[in-house]
Amino acid sequence: MAATKASKEQKYDRQLRLWGDHGQESLENAHVCLINATATGTEILKNLVLPGIGAFTIVDGHTVSGEDVGNNFFLTNNSIGKNRAQAATELLQELNTDVSGNFVEESPDKLLDNDPEFFHRFSIVIGVQLPESTCLRLGSVLWSASVPFFVCKSYGLIGYMRLVVQEHTVIESHPDNALEDLRLFKPFPEFKSHIESYDLDGMDKKDHSHTPWVIIIAKHLEKWLSEHDCQAPKNYKEKEAFRQLIREGILKKENGVPEDEENFEEAIKNVNTALNPTKTPSAVEDLFNSEQCNNITSQSPSFWVMLRAVKEFVLKEGNGSLPVRGSIPDMIADSQKFINLQNVYREKALQDAAAVCKHVESLLQSIGKPPESILEKDIKLFSSSMDNPDSEMVFYLMLRAVDRFYQQHSRYPGVYNYQVEDDISKLKLCVNSLLQEYSLNVNIKDDYIHEFCRYGAAEPHTVAAFLGGSAAQEAIKIISHQFVPFNNTFIYNAMSQTSATLQL
Amino acid sequence: MADTDEPMVVDGGSGRSCEWEGRWNHVKKFLERSGPFTHPDFEPSTESMQFLLETCKILVIGAGGLGCELLKDLALSGFRNIHVVDMDTIDVSNLNRQFLFRPKDIGRPKADVAADFINSRIPGCCVVPHFKKIQDLDETFYRQFHIIVCGLDSILARRWMNGMLLSLLAYDDGVLDPSSIIPLIDGGTEGFKGNARVILPGMTACIDCTLELYPPQINFPMCTIASMPRLPEHCVEYVRMLQWPKETPFGDGVVLDGDDPEHIQWVYQRSLERAAEFKITGVTYRLTQGVVKRIIPAVASTNAVIAAACATEVFKLATSAYIPLNNYMVFNDVDGLYTYTFEAERKEDCSACSQVPLDLHFSPTSKLQELLDFLTESASLQMKSPAITATVEGKNKTLYLQSVASIEQRTRPNLSKTLKDLGLSDGQELAVADVTTPQTMLFRLSFAS
Repeated sequence: MAATKASKEQKYDRQLRLWGDHGQESLENAHVCLINATATGTEILKNLVLPGIGAFTIVDGHTVSGEDVGNNFFLTNNSIGKNRAQAATELLQELNTDVSGNFVEESPDKLLDNDPEFFHRFSIVIGVQLPESTCLRLGSVLWSASVPFFVCKSYGLIGYMRLVVQEHTVIESHPDNALEDLRLFKPFPEFKSHIESYDLDGMDKKDHSHTPWVIIIAKHLEKWLSEHDCQAPKNYKEKEAFRQLIREGILKKENGVPEDEENFEEAIKNVNTALNPTKTPSAVEDLFNSEQCNNITSQSPSFWVMLRAVKEFVLKEGNGSLPVRGSIPDMIADSQKFINLQNVYREKALQDAAAVCKHVESLLQSIGKPPESILEKDIKLFSSSMDNPDSEMVFYLMLRAVDRFYQQHSRYPGVYNYQVEDDISKLKLCVNSLLQEYSLNVNIKDDYIHEFCRYGAAEPHTVAAFLGGSAAQEAIKIISHQFVPFNNTFIYNAMSQTSATLQL
Repeated sequence: MADTDEPMVVDGGSGRSCEWEGRWNHVKKFLERSGPFTHPDFEPSTESMQFLLETCKILVIGAGGLGCELLKDLALSGFRNIHVVDMDTIDVSNLNRQFLFRPKDIGRPKADVAADFINSRIPGCCVVPHFKKIQDLDETFYRQFHIIVCGLDSILARRWMNGMLLSLLAYDDGVLDPSSIIPLIDGGTEGFKGNARVILPGMTACIDCTLELYPPQINFPMCTIASMPRLPEHCVEYVRMLQWPKETPFGDGVVLDGDDPEHIQWVYQRSLERAAEFKITGVTYRLTQGVVKRIIPAVASTNAVIAAACATEVFKLATSAYIPLNNYMVFNDVDGLYTYTFEAERKEDCSACSQVPLDLHFSPTSKLQELLDFLTESASLQMKSPAITATVEGKNKTLYLQSVASIEQRTRPNLSKTLKDLGLSDGQELAVADVTTPQTMLFRLSFAS
């Protein structure tokens, strides 16, 4: 047992550094359903099996054709004629013995006819190269069962992905460029007294040059506020003047030349971002005002209970501010000064998280749930993430038009060479009826219609592979509730190597 | 072809001419049909498929995260003559994404195992492995390929490849001979970020043209590490750089091996002690190993995306099916999915591809050390350990060379001599060799007034 855990840590080391042990755990508890083991499907699944999802089930009623083997790494020519779900499961399973693979030799339509609840057991369902009618049927079943549904398609050089989920909450978004939460505007009491413990004028040179820039800005801000009627620097002119004020604080040598104090340079550099007042982001305000937040019942998912608790905190202990994040960026300072400053923020963050916990407990009590239902570590994670919110569209329309063509003719346009020419006008009719139905006053160039007939519903491997990587990572985001997923339609154009995300 | 454990049955004895009905249907549509968005040079033909299968020769550099994906993508797009170069052996931490490898392969050369797997899974495909450093192969080797695609993990190696392909360019009376151009497709990934670019050596922006785009490596200042640590990483660096050489815990001259759990355990314990001294939290075994080995996080999905984009470009270039990417795509799926495509511009005075000897502006009383510092510290040159030679009084003179100990010792005094004292004159040509390029670079000394 211990050996397996150690070797898993080694095997998954590179990805554990991205989503942590708790993210990995949620993956290992997930059961993914793939419908249709085409190249796109198996590529998506490969990128879920390799990082170690708990289990997968492939649903596919098709038999393997020569064409299927040609673009699919997980089908071989001696499986031609066999059921595709079974054939693909074998070679996908072989990728990672930690994962359990299953297959169902059935079309999704048949399953929906006979046993729609079959799909309720999955953490996520990924449907690939599905006709529109099947997508709609699946979509409604999965929506009411709250199972996230990915619709993916590689069509010629176009990749398409659509996420269908009632509600998805992200607790750890790991924002790339998050602004720091330093509370320079409204220093909390412990921070205030920490600032007061510094006497810049009375320090020796070594201490002066190793004082964290946060303190330097705080001290100079105090000076500024007393001279400017408690108005913080707002515009460029004032910020420049403030920077100059800090610059004057640099120690000078006997001849008047300023010393080399890198920490002061850091302070000057950070004036722009550090002076932004701590404000609850509007996206969070919207969440606070929502129905789900204000009406907590025993059915409310933990996300909303925690959010409500944070709202209560903001109204009470927080005095209008969110819980302190607790982390600070690295900065020039001696070890003691840095650690002491860091601890001021860390302790406040812990205090705030504890206050939020208390709110969670009383909320849980009020709806008759035991306090352990939401683990404390989840609350801590939640609190620290709170403060942080000719185009490709033509291809979307073409994909819909092609689906319409399939509905009408039971085949895709241009599959055989002799069909290409004639299908152009037929596809054009589909395009026009689509535009009319949605009252879209758009002109779709004939070139695109020709191109889509030329594709002949081909699924080139490199497009399938691109989508395979994209979709798999989005699925991992959904399963782990880490990192923000796309919302909600993604289109990849391999001709120009461009992409777009649309919210439809 | 080598044996594998895969019980794969392949039609036909030769292993080279096995086909089945419909095998290349997905590819053929792009080769045999005309279309409105094809490259101006494109002509639909049944012969293009044959070219891909029989003639086109592709070189894949790297058989790791990107390399495995590239080999699969190329093989399933119709390429059969593929060579792959990789100097590494397989490690357990590769298995979460380098899907051509299994636990039983740990320790074996990546190139060999990758080639075996592809060749047995994709009948007819002939991947030839080279368990070597790219620097171990010469221009006769590289010249044979139509297109080279890189899945490397170091900027240094990229620059070397870039320099190699630039050295293959032929000029007729100052005009570039297009048949001497070997397109270079370069892919790179790090965590959830990646990029793919198309380089036509001598024509479009090369690796060195955009050197400043790469984020600088994080190296903590020595004074922070030695006396003022703040972060857990500082503690680990202290143990690695100062304590280990002093205490030589596993014997004299035993170098710290990031892959040896005992070594890492030793560093981890001492890092904890160091951290405790300064009340720093956050030192874990995982963090320790990450700092020592400079580990970059990695997942299967990012590699899949970038390799796929690169392989699409290889296909376009080989078949003229579409206009290739011009010329740089960036990908990031931390927040939603984001791509950005732009044309990286050539640098007029690029040290690698501009063919103009770079002027070095120094005064005759500058010391050689200053010149050396410029070569290593300049953002556009970023040399590692340049060796400088010049022709003085008709004789070739090595001014400074670091890589051979005896020569380093002999030429070290030159560093504190002035350029004038070394016999160098205004307009003098200096030849500089460095690991960042296979060719010697020429500079012209210009004495500033």
